[in-house]
Amino acid sequence: MSGLRQIAFYGKGGIGKSTTSQNTLAALAEMGQKILIVGCDPKADSTRLILHAKAQDTVLSLAAEAGSVEDLELEDVLRVGYRDIRCVESGGPEPGVGCAGRGVITAINFLEENGAYDGVDYVSYDVLGDVVCGGFAMPIRENKAQEIYIVMSGEMMAMYAANNISKGILKYANAGGVRLGGLICNERQTDKEWELADALATRLGTKLIHFVPRDNTVQHAELRRMTVLEYDPASKQAEEYRQLAGKIHANAGNGTIPTPITMEELEDLLLEFGIMQKEDESIIGKAASAA
Amino acid sequence: MPQNAASVLDHNRLFKEPEYQSLMEGKKVFEDAVPDAKVKEVEDWTKSWEYREINFKREALTINPAKACQPLGAVLAAAGFEGTLPYVHGSQGCVAYFRSHFNRHFKEPSSCVSDSMTEDAAVFGGLNNMVDGLSNAHALYKPKMIAVSTTCMAEVIGDDLDSFIKTAKQKGVIPEEFDVPFAHTPSFVGSHVTGYDNMMKGILTHFWTGKERKANNSVNILGGFDGYCVGNNRELKRMLGLMGVDYTILSDASDVFDTPTNGEFNMYAGGTTIEATKAALNAKATIAMQSISVAKTLEFAATTGQEVVELNCPIGVTATDAFLMEVSRITGKPIPAELELERGRLVDAMADSQAYLHGKKFALFGDPDMAMGLTAFLLEMGAEPVHIVCSNAPKGWEDKMQKMLDASPFGKEAKLYPGKDLWHMRSLLATEPVEFLIGSSNGKVLERDCNVPLIRIGFPIFDRHHHHRFPIWGYQGSLNVLVKVLDKIFDALDDGSRNDVDFDMVR
Repeated sequence: MSGLRQIAFYGKGGIGKSTTSQNTLAALAEMGQKILIVGCDPKADSTRLILHAKAQDTVLSLAAEAGSVEDLELEDVLRVGYRDIRCVESGGPEPGVGCAGRGVITAINFLEENGAYDGVDYVSYDVLGDVVCGGFAMPIRENKAQEIYIVMSGEMMAMYAANNISKGILKYANAGGVRLGGLICNERQTDKEWELADALATRLGTKLIHFVPRDNTVQHAELRRMTVLEYDPASKQAEEYRQLAGKIHANAGNGTIPTPITMEELEDLLLEFGIMQKEDESIIGKAASAA
Repeated sequence: MPQNAASVLDHNRLFKEPEYQSLMEGKKVFEDAVPDAKVKEVEDWTKSWEYREINFKREALTINPAKACQPLGAVLAAAGFEGTLPYVHGSQGCVAYFRSHFNRHFKEPSSCVSDSMTEDAAVFGGLNNMVDGLSNAHALYKPKMIAVSTTCMAEVIGDDLDSFIKTAKQKGVIPEEFDVPFAHTPSFVGSHVTGYDNMMKGILTHFWTGKERKANNSVNILGGFDGYCVGNNRELKRMLGLMGVDYTILSDASDVFDTPTNGEFNMYAGGTTIEATKAALNAKATIAMQSISVAKTLEFAATTGQEVVELNCPIGVTATDAFLMEVSRITGKPIPAELELERGRLVDAMADSQAYLHGKKFALFGDPDMAMGLTAFLLEMGAEPVHIVCSNAPKGWEDKMQKMLDASPFGKEAKLYPGKDLWHMRSLLATEPVEFLIGSSNGKVLERDCNVPLIRIGFPIFDRHHHHRFPIWGYQGSLNVLVKVLDKIFDALDDGSRNDVDFDMVR
């Protein structure tokens, strides 16, 4: 298992984690790497571009059908897609009930016990939103993902989430081997986006590993449930993902223990780049009519 | 009042007094009670084939499963190591249950702590509980090792033991070099047997990982979850001693659950020493007395290069032979004449009593390994197992059992019920009666309900004392099992022939 690279993608909901991770992993597969994707999101959309499927049958939905997880075989939950990328979705409960975090734990335990990690070069976890509970921190436990890549953009809330995730990583990094691999900025065309992302990376004690420019090719590929790498391998965007994949591949062991900042520091950062205006205390709490 | 200081009645007698009897009769008025005749009618219906078929279609309900939860097993595994404090990361109530379970079975104190997680810990995570808990447990109870397992609550919120324990050490509440092996033991997965396996694997992983193995000629013995560990482990030591074998019993709770009354409380009596546990990596082979109960541990042992031997609760001549021959093969030490003599005596005893067991129909329930061991023994005696219920049977159990049954003319009628509970067993006993039932004290209600004598072998045994002091493994242990079974057979025979010409002095 020594050669096995385990990485995880975290980030704010809707930031493009799944798109970025699948495209990047497709590029890694192109480089000849054998890859397993473990989707850790109850929505189960972490593998659709690789499998050309709406949503894969999840470990937990299959377990619920069969009675329990012990009744499942690896073949039941594992699908093979583009360039032999192996795909698994943990799945989880309907919104509003149950415990999705426990679902992630159950699914990952099942995969490990049943040898899903044998014979692959990369395991990649695609994790929903924030590190909201212990279950969603499962991929960053000891002997799981060694590097975490945070997908973010120049938007305030995406940066806020990136900072929060860093806090989660820090909790585990001090006691274990998990490290922050870097930030991946998914361009939203906000003001001074690259500069801001780069500055945040510096403050978090990491680096902006890649700036993925916005490109409609991604949407065209998405509509066809394909990665850009498969849909239009010659495109400029495919080349971007290849670069990102190459950087991640070369980034083994270069992760850092993150240095998350306070909310105030984060706001100061935005001020510094002129994204946010200095708070005018005199206007707080005044309705439009009073101004 | 029936109760007074001059003559204190215990609950066995108190509630039979007329005051209580009339009180309970009067209570029915408020309980919307149906007439006794109706109760009887429904009760009889629940013993019909019709109900049995409905009962076996049951999906979303379990009634009286013959199993307990993972951390119970983890606590027993941990208790068998020298100076080890079993520590459960979770709520207090769970640990009270584990402790009382062992109290009632072994009639001994059971030392075990929890870090008392409450609602705030469920919201914020149990790290602070772990830090304070390890600190307090280490300072107060001065253990040599703390073995941490988990309850449902800690598992649902996803607490990570590895990182919590490391953090506690970084905070300096316990020394860096202090041994804190751990195992995640979600109660809602598997059973006490799974928990035993996880904890044992956790402890061996802690001591063996990253160490270089220098193979020697010793053997490791893994007992698995064993309610007879007091008697069995002492018997194992005696037999292995007679053979002159170099051995390590990994987790030996025989002393901690059998402390003498000499005026001093000994919280950590006996147990496998930490040194011996470390050195056990070098063993030539690891023998699992109950391989299902240590399945993952065995896999781990095999990765170190050790040979692994899988037994399934060796009761009877064939099973004990297999155990001793494996030990002899691995170590090169011959089986001594003393043990051969014991074997001969067991064969003689079995032959003496065989007529009373031959063709008798049995139902039995118990842990997967024990169900295998008992079935093998019954078949060896020519008894016929009919219903075999194993609530916590893992994959593969059914096939192994079926093979064993198919290989014997006495196994033809047997049906296996993996994953079924004791309410299923009730339907089986009511519709296809057998002559005897073998199982733990949990079979007591079935004994009365279905009028089938219960032979108490299993875990837990709450309502008979000291059974755990006598082995059920080896030739001597098999003799004990034989006597347990025979005693019940003769009791039943006497019961059935009271005031009859068959009420014989000699059997």
